[in-house]
Amino acid sequence: MANVSMTVNGRSVSGQCEDRTLLVQFIRENLGLTGTHVGCDTSQCGACVVHVDGKAVKSCTMLAAQADGSEVVTIEGLASGGELHPVQAAFREHHGLQCGFCTPGMIMSAVDMIERHGGQLDEKTVRAELEGNICRCTGYHNIVKAVLDAASKMGDGAKVAAE
Amino acid sequence: MYATNYHRASSVEDAVKLATANDETKYLAGGQTLLPTMKQRLAAPSDLVDLRHIASMKGISVNGGTIRIGAATPHADVANSKEVASACPGLAHLAAHIGDPHVRHMGTIGGSIANNDPAADYPAGLMALNATIVTNKRSISADDFFTGMFDTALEDGELVVAVEITAPSKCGYAKFPNPASRYAMTGVFVAKHGDGSVRVAVTGAGSDGVFRHEGMEQALASNFSAEALDSVTVDDADLMSDIHASSAYRANLVKVMARRAVAAAG
Repeated sequence: MANVSMTVNGRSVSGQCEDRTLLVQFIRENLGLTGTHVGCDTSQCGACVVHVDGKAVKSCTMLAAQADGSEVVTIEGLASGGELHPVQAAFREHHGLQCGFCTPGMIMSAVDMIERHGGQLDEKTVRAELEGNICRCTGYHNIVKAVLDAASKMGDGAKVAAE
Repeated sequence: MYATNYHRASSVEDAVKLATANDETKYLAGGQTLLPTMKQRLAAPSDLVDLRHIASMKGISVNGGTIRIGAATPHADVANSKEVASACPGLAHLAAHIGDPHVRHMGTIGGSIANNDPAADYPAGLMALNATIVTNKRSISADDFFTGMFDTALEDGELVVAVEITAPSKCGYAKFPNPASRYAMTGVFVAKHGDGSVRVAVTGAGSDGVFRHEGMEQALASNFSAEALDSVTVDDADLMSDIHASSAYRANLVKVMARRAVAAAG
């Protein structure tokens, strides 16, 4: 058994789990944070994306023990004081979701993408950066619009998506 | 996933000691191949030795014309390195097109080459760049390191600690990604070296993993242009044939990707 301690959404947490426990299982089952989803469980769909030490990773492809000592941010950690994060607000505004299953991963990927690219974000870059996130409903177009709108509202001046 | 025991190594010596204590132990680098394989129960190591916290195995340094990349350096760091982009732009391009952004944040160059997947990108890059693979025991040339599909010259417990490359005068990489997995259905890395020689390495196509194509190397050594490849033939006898592409289709892709790689090298 592993004793795992990490900071999740600014809160110090610790727990005991098997060494083989995946980070996503630890987040969902030990911590009860079920916003992070398990979609494919084969490292392809990106529904489980969280930030570990400031980087977007697939939490179904990392052991909880590997994240011991790390700073983790999940979808629950984005909104502050009842106010949606600009990326969350943009997904609502642009209808960047239908069933919503992929949305936590999409939003965590979008936040990471905007932080890395800042003003360099354009539609082509957003589409390429969404390589690791699969959505079976939307056809991606409204997701791309939401990401670009959020990037521009976050002060990075990204180009507006083609209509 | 079957039960396993996790260990976090603090140094190369520590990692090797942990790994040799039990012969069912595996090194865990970024885990982007090993963990999915374990989840499918296709691998069941008794112990995992995590390499992500060994400081000496991380980072990129350029000294004169030599680029040294620590084995635990993630693909994203190679893709975003200004030093790599200026000394060896083809390698930065290659790293930027492995998997997806999340995989690139975790997956490492050492993990990729130690696994030697027949459709992985790095083996082609390192073979064409005539890289040296540095382990805890010795230095191995890329030609000698990659010995076949999922097979390398590494001995039990031997650990890749870094990769060293002499900056080429020109290089480029082009791959035709599988539309679903994004692994190379064929990828070709072309490098022109300081002595005028040219090396061409192909991944995703060979039935025994990465290989060099002598015919294209000779054609490009006398005339480094995409047109020089027109008269070269690619034999499909030793190429993979599967549901994604026949060996004849891959033989054509080898040529098309080689042309694109030469064009990208400029």
